[in-house]
Amino acid sequence: MRHEHIETNSALMLLLILVVISIGGLVEIVPLFYINETIEKVDGVRPYTPLEIRGRDIYVREGCYLCHSQMIRPFRDEWLRYGHYSLAAESQYDHPFQWGSKRTGPDLARVGGKYSNQWQVQHLRAPRSVVPQSIMPNYPWLLDHDLDYSDVAGRMRALRATGVPYSLTQQEYDANIKKFGKDAADQLDINQAQDSLLKQARDKNFDGIPSRVTEMEALVAYLQVLGTMVDFTKYDEGYFAKFR
Amino acid sequence: MAQSSAFPAEQYNFDIVRKFMIVAMIYGVIGMTVGVYIASELAWPFLNFDIPALTFGRLRPVHTSLVIFGFGGSALFATSYYIVQRTCQARLAFPWLAEFTFWGWTAGVALGVMTYMAGFSQGREYAEFEWPLDLAIAVVWVSYILVYVETIRRRSQPHIYVANWFFLSFLLAVALLHIFNNLAVPVSLTKSYSLFAGVQDAMTQWWYGHNAVGFFLTAAFLGMMYYFVPKQAGRPVYSYRLSIIHFWALIFLYMWAGGHHLHWTALPDWVSTLSATFSVLLLMPSWGGMINGIMTLSGAWDKLRSDPVMLFLITSLSFYGMSTFEGPLMSLKSVNALSHYTDWTIGHVHSGALGWVALVSFGSFYHLMPRLYETKLYSQTLIYVHFWLATIGIVLYITSMWVAGIGQGLMLRSFDDYGNLAYTFIETVEFMHTPYVWRALGGAFFVVGALVMAYNMVMTVRASRIERAALEAKLAAKLAQA
Repeated sequence: MRHEHIETNSALMLLLILVVISIGGLVEIVPLFYINETIEKVDGVRPYTPLEIRGRDIYVREGCYLCHSQMIRPFRDEWLRYGHYSLAAESQYDHPFQWGSKRTGPDLARVGGKYSNQWQVQHLRAPRSVVPQSIMPNYPWLLDHDLDYSDVAGRMRALRATGVPYSLTQQEYDANIKKFGKDAADQLDINQAQDSLLKQARDKNFDGIPSRVTEMEALVAYLQVLGTMVDFTKYDEGYFAKFR
Repeated sequence: MAQSSAFPAEQYNFDIVRKFMIVAMIYGVIGMTVGVYIASELAWPFLNFDIPALTFGRLRPVHTSLVIFGFGGSALFATSYYIVQRTCQARLAFPWLAEFTFWGWTAGVALGVMTYMAGFSQGREYAEFEWPLDLAIAVVWVSYILVYVETIRRRSQPHIYVANWFFLSFLLAVALLHIFNNLAVPVSLTKSYSLFAGVQDAMTQWWYGHNAVGFFLTAAFLGMMYYFVPKQAGRPVYSYRLSIIHFWALIFLYMWAGGHHLHWTALPDWVSTLSATFSVLLLMPSWGGMINGIMTLSGAWDKLRSDPVMLFLITSLSFYGMSTFEGPLMSLKSVNALSHYTDWTIGHVHSGALGWVALVSFGSFYHLMPRLYETKLYSQTLIYVHFWLATIGIVLYITSMWVAGIGQGLMLRSFDDYGNLAYTFIETVEFMHTPYVWRALGGAFFVVGALVMAYNMVMTVRASRIERAALEAKLAAKLAQA
């Protein structure tokens, strides 16, 4: 076919362009949904609790992902600095993913449990009071604002619609008990959403203020769970390499 | 229409072109100023002022959306509406729909950046708009496609000129990318969760992100180049054959390259390797475009000495060539291991965004201004001033980001004699302070250049108004006599 046929026929040109630009995405993205090895088989990864969801929402709202990655690469320096490289399984319930693309600050994929709640609160409120050279903004309003958790059940329902196993029916609840254990299943039950959010806040008191549930409470709850779900001592060194 | 009465006898609809050009300049100056501001926040964090709307995390999408969609997008609307009419020798189809694309696009961008500052974001880079705005933008985009394609169908030329091929691919690809990347389940008007999760979501996002660069910031601007370079040079495109080959190769290969943003992550190796391979191949069609553009000037090289507009256009092509060489280099896994997550990437993006996208737009606008306003440009000297401010700004920007990025990358992976990490993370942050100051300075140079251009533009429009008023007065006097 001579190119003249294409460049004198707008419909043909549009059609050919559409075909040519569709191929790359079809070949590279669609199989990711169907190849089983894409996400590693590993125990322990569960969806976020209601309080953690709200914390994650605040993480997205403030644009934390623009300076912090959540994706540790399989290099020695990253292993020493952050821990085991990130698995696809660890972000399988992340809508949207927050792997990030820039490290103006350090990676946060395994920040959970590394610092005390108190340190996290102080650092978020005034980063330079604990790390003098830090260039992170202060986030004092996280302590000032009470957390709005009125629509947390609605948020869980939306996430359930995307495929995250939050339970609405007894059947789903029972399935979650089997998969994640009783305590976690309670937290993943949409019918108990507000109660379990308040319970987690009361029990753990992430923000250090027993009388209130602040935005800080939710954000620290989220940060403290990051990267803590998989017990890597249970797996051989070579196990995860099979999936790459 | 009321607005077009200023130039009543126009054969084509230039009113819409003028409007988009002015909005592009306004969004450009604001967006670049926000860029300088957030760059300064990284050097002097007190600038965050503990005000939520001014923190880096909320302002960064304001900067990227204003410059990509506000400036770049409006520049593309302006030039594509101009080019399609001139090359098809047909007046723009559906003028009311074109008018709608203007108001829809302008309002969409303005509303979008305000919602970011209020804290509404999808958390997807370069696609932060929440779902109602995404829907509105999709409607505007479909209208754009209708206007554009219908104008092409009404052409009085059998052939569709090469610039329009690039614009057509950009129109279709951006629709495809925008729709699939923004699939989400809404919670409320201001909050949604993306349909995909984790690794699939990451790949979808970077398929979008990379091709926003590939089609929005490359293919479409090549369309711009294919019209304004030959026009300004007064010579035909260097090679017709090359334009065919590099067009089809470019739009095919780009769509495969997105995975190079996810090297060494939890994305399966096969995708990442495939993406790297196609990224390297992409060098060829990219340079095909650069060569075709620059060689169009062959036999008229003296214009670089005498014509400042040509200087803008040819320099933009040189930066295009440079950044499309740097891109494949950074997509190699071993290079990416160092460059990823660092400011090298930021520098690379800006050598493309400032050096290529902005300079080719400025050059095209300088070409358009006298034609759209039927007068001479207010000042040729100010174009030279703008050119040098912009070029010095870009060079400062890129080199400081090389220092910051490669420096941080090397520090993070260095070990002492005992095999321990040689530097803590915060030591790399301290190290980056000086390059961050230079980067902000480079950005400031670029903004001042854009302001000089805005001044030149305002004065040109003013001169045009005065000349027209004088002409009308003369005409009226003549009519009164008769």
